[in-house]
Amino acid sequence: MTTSEKTVKPVVTRISGPIVTAVGMHEAQMYEVVQVGDLGLVGEVVRLIGDRATIQVYEDTTMVKPGAPVLRTGAPLSVWLGPGLIGNIYDGIQRPLPGIQARSGAWIRRGEKVDSLDKERLWTFEPDARVGETVSAGQAIGHVVETPLVNHLVMTPPDIEGILRSIVGKGEYGLLDTLAVVETSAGPREVTMLQRWPVREPRPILERLRITEPLITGQRIIDTFFPIGKGGAAAIPGGFGTGKTITQHQLAKWSDADIIVFIGCGERGNEMTEVLREFPELKDPRSGRPLMERTILIANTSNMPVAAREVSIYTGITLAEYYRDMGLSVAVFADSTSRWAEALRELAARLEEMPAEEGFPASLPTRLAQFYERGGAVTTLAGKQASVSIVGAVSPPGGDFSEPVTQHTRRFIRCFWALDTELANARHYPSIHWLHSYSEYVEDVGHWWKKEAPNWTELRTQALTILQKEERLQQIVKLVGPDVLPDSQRLILFIAEIMKDGFLAQSAFDENDMYCTPEKQVALLRTMLALHDRGHELIQKGVPLYRIRSLECVPKILRAKAAFGNKELEKMAELDKMVNEEMDALAKEYIKEADLICTPISK
Amino acid sequence: MHTDFEIEDRGLQYVGSSRIEGPLVVVEKVLDAGYDEIVEIIDPTGHSRLGRVLDVSETQAVVQVLEGTTGLSNKAMRTRFLGESFRLPVSHEMLGRVFDGLGRPADGGPPALCADRNDVNGMPINPYARRYPREFIQTGLSAIDGMNALVRGQKLPIFSGNGLPHDRVSAQIVRQARLLEEEVQFSIVFAAMGVKHDVAEFFIRNFRDSGALARAVMFFSLADAPSVERLLTPRVALTLAEHLAFDCGQHVLVLLTDMTNYCESLREVGTARGEIPGRKGYPGYLYSDLASIYERAGRIEGSPGSITQMAILTMPADDISHPVPDLTGYITEGQVVLDRDLFQRGVYPPIAGLPSLSRLMKDGVGEGYTREDHPILASQLFACYAYVKRVRGLADVIGEEELSTLDKQYLRFGEAFETRFLNQGEYENRSIEETLELGWEVLSTLPRDELHRVSDSLLNKYYRESEEGMVCVPAGGASG
Repeated sequence: MTTSEKTVKPVVTRISGPIVTAVGMHEAQMYEVVQVGDLGLVGEVVRLIGDRATIQVYEDTTMVKPGAPVLRTGAPLSVWLGPGLIGNIYDGIQRPLPGIQARSGAWIRRGEKVDSLDKERLWTFEPDARVGETVSAGQAIGHVVETPLVNHLVMTPPDIEGILRSIVGKGEYGLLDTLAVVETSAGPREVTMLQRWPVREPRPILERLRITEPLITGQRIIDTFFPIGKGGAAAIPGGFGTGKTITQHQLAKWSDADIIVFIGCGERGNEMTEVLREFPELKDPRSGRPLMERTILIANTSNMPVAAREVSIYTGITLAEYYRDMGLSVAVFADSTSRWAEALRELAARLEEMPAEEGFPASLPTRLAQFYERGGAVTTLAGKQASVSIVGAVSPPGGDFSEPVTQHTRRFIRCFWALDTELANARHYPSIHWLHSYSEYVEDVGHWWKKEAPNWTELRTQALTILQKEERLQQIVKLVGPDVLPDSQRLILFIAEIMKDGFLAQSAFDENDMYCTPEKQVALLRTMLALHDRGHELIQKGVPLYRIRSLECVPKILRAKAAFGNKELEKMAELDKMVNEEMDALAKEYIKEADLICTPISK
Repeated sequence: MHTDFEIEDRGLQYVGSSRIEGPLVVVEKVLDAGYDEIVEIIDPTGHSRLGRVLDVSETQAVVQVLEGTTGLSNKAMRTRFLGESFRLPVSHEMLGRVFDGLGRPADGGPPALCADRNDVNGMPINPYARRYPREFIQTGLSAIDGMNALVRGQKLPIFSGNGLPHDRVSAQIVRQARLLEEEVQFSIVFAAMGVKHDVAEFFIRNFRDSGALARAVMFFSLADAPSVERLLTPRVALTLAEHLAFDCGQHVLVLLTDMTNYCESLREVGTARGEIPGRKGYPGYLYSDLASIYERAGRIEGSPGSITQMAILTMPADDISHPVPDLTGYITEGQVVLDRDLFQRGVYPPIAGLPSLSRLMKDGVGEGYTREDHPILASQLFACYAYVKRVRGLADVIGEEELSTLDKQYLRFGEAFETRFLNQGEYENRSIEETLELGWEVLSTLPRDELHRVSDSLLNKYYRESEEGMVCVPAGGASG
């Protein structure tokens, strides 16, 4: 260190909550990580004016004083990428919470510094590349089995390509051990299992792809009516108590993505604990392995520092991109993006920025766009097809969807699952409203569904039409009661009721119902629509609705979602048979009656 | 609290200030003051009051005076920075005592003997170290136990309105709350913020009558206390609660009333600082600030104690979308909503059926906790009651006589649900079995086929077939 640098040693000059100003920072870079005060609180440079830097501190700044030292690290906020991420739980700046607990007990003490990944742990590395081979950026040179569900590819970082000079044989290695040397145009570079990547910068890809495959979530209303594609973006807005978190948990549990990144951003501590407790016990419906073996959790609960909440979103998406680069499909769940936006607002206010709508900074839409655009179906640098899907919960104040975060989010997502307070009050979960929600991925994934059911599009449209008609009829019913409606219209009400109870409502806690395969979804819908079609026929023939209502198959259809397992499709077929038989019987009876009462009108 | 000797001993004093505005004082040329440091301010008459640093730079410190700025003067005021953030001396011997909003004895007794002094801001609980709350607390109120069950370590606020009996309901909960198997009683930490003396008096009397006073600690920052003091009161109370729960291993029930007053104080200080206001003038960080209070509840792995939190707040103009209840609902694990309509019809406790919710209920009830049928019974009651609301809307338009037989049965169910299930005496303590039986009793006024959510096996066991249930009897008295 030269003497001139010593004279301008960086020191704190002002503290206002999480925002700290320091002087002597003329060499600092934007978004560089610094350590503030004697405790070494982690912060990030967010504004530079002359030699004065404004620092956003990720920890509580109580008792930091003007004159306290500031230590520069010279690097932007970066995450560690390598085996050991899966199954871990991190705070917003990728400090492992179990590691913090081991050092400071149940409470998160300030200034704790714990490595994001265990440097001591050895992994069994198997090389997949040969010496002399040309390796491109992002190419896998070997792999380790991270968990039974995740084959972790050890890739060259995006800035290393060239001729493989050497590579180690199969064996046990630590994160920092040199596994290979690549001769690049700028000289030899070592490759280890550990990569570091700045969180605010998207990891490079080759190209973006069209979305063609649905992300199957096992939730009927989503998969059948408002599907999200692999690589798509969706928002779940809803007032408090409408079940955003439960819906997010359900999606994180049952989505058929290879890797799940769950970001608890400014939400409840107990909810994260619930995930931690539940995921290791739940089995992935496809592989039968514990869900935790494919899950990474980021927990920055509402009482943890607000600056770390702001960055937690980026931390999560960067981890997702890393696994995407291995050719996997990754799903990111952010609960809730509103808390993140509020963190932006709080920090902007402390920076004395000019506010735009409702005090949010004018950059809010840009920031939201940057986040959602990091998702997508892509070809990776190594030429593999992979995807990052993003599902963001939105918590609009007062459940009012016209507020800025919901409105701006709508511009950057293509799938909108609107949660409804009235449905939630009636304990109809998931409380996704079928008329207020939409998905622009229906066309994109329709082709995939045709493999399940050739007439999927028609089934879906017919079902939605019934629900729409019901809504209109309900307006009339509210005014004059249902009795004045003709039976053909009351049939619509009846079928809609069956669809709501027997299809749209789905229990998150019932063994059979919590996850519904696409096959069973189609089967259930088919049966209900068959009930409608046959019922309609009979009513035309003069059968009163109450007879159809009291058929024995009706309660069976209503309970089929929970009564039959996903693999018992033959029971659904039996049910279909029962519907037909009962309907046939009813038809016969009425044709006979008609014959008895009036002499045949037939010619 | 601070003797003259201590003042002499602590050295550096600043004389004068450059600005006094609302609850804020700006002191110039301050050396070595820290953010959030506690400050002693000596007014011209020699009395001292406490403040804390909100913003500090090399040249000045902005100090928030906790006990009001009345009588302070730019010229004659002296300030001293005490070298630490606000700390509360804590000890289990504080049980049975009454303190002011900053934790100083207010019952004429001496300060409690305390070995520890804890920072009132606390530290965030590591989510990894939390234990998931799942032990059912029986409150003896059917509306809560049956429909919105409370578990140990939960934070469940009561959303009320002016004039509604939230005090009576919360006092009844405090009186009756117990676990099913254990006979352990809750220690009670009570914090009153900006409420009237009568309310404080009501709780003291109630705790005394039920014998709870000896295991209760009370912190009062009443309506006539300086409003800024209220910002620390819940934190002071929770600091003691954390000590009792996690250091002494007790089960603590924290009662905070009224959080709306707390938020008003926060708004007052925010405005005085010239902050950019958010919705309805409340500061943009209201959510984070409330979270720093509400999240101080729960259980910790390896510690026998727990903190269960009940915050009472009055919704201005009964508006549940007002920022205070709205943000509270986003943080807490559900809410118990009191309903003016039920109250006016004489239903006690007037706990609204539909908007009330307990998020942790699903893990604390059912087989192994209460009874196998509990979750599904609650779900079915909610669904049927939601339908009752629709039928009542319809009956208002077309008249009851025009309703279908089934809809009339729903009206009768709604009436039974409100007057028999929800309604109970202020001193009536129902066991969970009684509550569940009552639930089936009112549900059985509906035809069996209507109970879509209940499986056949449970229906066979609990549904009560009755002739009456199948016959149409004109419903009486139930209207929207």
